[in-house]
Amino acid sequence: MQLTKKEERALQGDYGDGLKLAYKILVSIGNANNATKLIPIKWAHISGVNFNTIGEAGVRFLAKLDKETKVTVTTTLNPMGFDSKKDNNLSEDFKANQLSIINSYLSLGIIPSFSCIPYEIFNLPKKGEIVSFAESNAAVFVNSILGIKTNKESALSSLASAITGKTPYSDLIIDDLRKPTTCLKPDIDIETESDFGLLGYFAGKIAKDSCIGLEINSESLDIIKSKAISAGIGTSGMCGMFTNKTNGCERISFGKKEITQVKDELNTAEKGDLIVFGSPQLGLEEVNLLGHLTEGKKFKKPCMIFCPRSLTECNNKMVKTLKKAGADINCDSCTCLTPLITKNEYDSIVTNSIKCAYYMKHANRIDVSLKDMKSITKEYCE
Amino acid sequence: MNDLVMIYINCKKIVGGKAEGLALISNKPLNMLSMFDTKTGHIKDKDHDLFNQTLKNRILIFPNCIGSSVGAYIFYSLKINGVNPKAIICTNKCDIITASGCAISDIPLVDGTGSSFKSLNNKTKVTVDADNQIVKIHTV
Repeated sequence: MQLTKKEERALQGDYGDGLKLAYKILVSIGNANNATKLIPIKWAHISGVNFNTIGEAGVRFLAKLDKETKVTVTTTLNPMGFDSKKDNNLSEDFKANQLSIINSYLSLGIIPSFSCIPYEIFNLPKKGEIVSFAESNAAVFVNSILGIKTNKESALSSLASAITGKTPYSDLIIDDLRKPTTCLKPDIDIETESDFGLLGYFAGKIAKDSCIGLEINSESLDIIKSKAISAGIGTSGMCGMFTNKTNGCERISFGKKEITQVKDELNTAEKGDLIVFGSPQLGLEEVNLLGHLTEGKKFKKPCMIFCPRSLTECNNKMVKTLKKAGADINCDSCTCLTPLITKNEYDSIVTNSIKCAYYMKHANRIDVSLKDMKSITKEYCE
Repeated sequence: MNDLVMIYINCKKIVGGKAEGLALISNKPLNMLSMFDTKTGHIKDKDHDLFNQTLKNRILIFPNCIGSSVGAYIFYSLKINGVNPKAIICTNKCDIITASGCAISDIPLVDGTGSSFKSLNNKTKVTVDADNQIVKIHTV
């Protein structure tokens, strides 16, 4: 990997310990991915905020960062473990560790957005620009839908890129590599957001490259469906992009057998004791749709909704409707590795999200009934 | 008596540094987040061929890491607890979990893809010289 003289000096520590460490991380990742150089980015989005994801090692690593170290590009932050403005029953130990993580990120100058859908709440850089996004659903979404270029980054690589303002020139940053060699051809009608999520989940599993082709009509993809595919792909593998430009691709069928196979893997319960919406966090379109579906009704089971704080603070009518229906609205947090939903309290949940289903099953060890939003409101509201 | 260096293997530097120790070899990937006792460095997964072995002071020779990228912090945990491997050689693909984990933990790491480590066993002494992109296999 070729470094400029200034980058070499930063790597030697001439500009402080923070930059030295950040360059060391990027150079190691660049070497591993056969990058030829580092290239400037316009934005970074960092994961590894929830204490449940990075643990004590993460807390200690972040706390040790030099206080002089700052991010050099606009940098946003993934959700943390809980809603900062609500009471919860979490242990003092969890809260103290979570607070330490947040203070470390704030000290770096990061915007405390606590959201996994920066593409719905910020004006991101334009099409063709390069960013460093760690949250997997966001990386897949901006690559595939917005044409903004990022690799599927990690908590550490996105942090290093935020500090240096650069990312290794490799993989999905390179235009020629943003093309699939295999594609999925759906043989069945895919209509609900949950089924689009399952398509994404299957695609992520079989993808051998960083980009996979999906033979679907892009006009049929609204933001809810695009988000569901992105989150599905991001959950099941290393793939960071989908496209419907599939010329010359090897075609793989996605039919009844394939969708049943992935659904059976995630759908382990008939019913749920708790209704969960939001992994990724719900955006405006989803909140509006869910509001319409529940207007004048009540949830028959407890219902938790995860969405960005900005959505609840803009006097959104549908947020009020959802609260009236009995929903518990949670900001700053998400269902992924959440400490807020435990097996002690719930044997099973019902959700429309593939990502939520995956993490409930694997991290929280809770059974999941997987249904689309309309079916859930039909069955669980009156 | 001095060690007799028998074999030099070329490799690619990922994280710099030099270390010497006994090999710990596996043909299976490691999922850092779910397989480790970070206090002792032992592998807890009964299905893994390194079950009940510790990484402490060894030269880990394995294909690559799998699973969540947050697994990189587990290398840092091992380092803080003094039970980290002395150096690592990836034999399949040097993934970003291992690369970034070694970078923040100052563990020398090389990409050994394309080279054969078949003649080695867990009693073989190995030197990883990442800076000079050389792995030395010792016999007594």
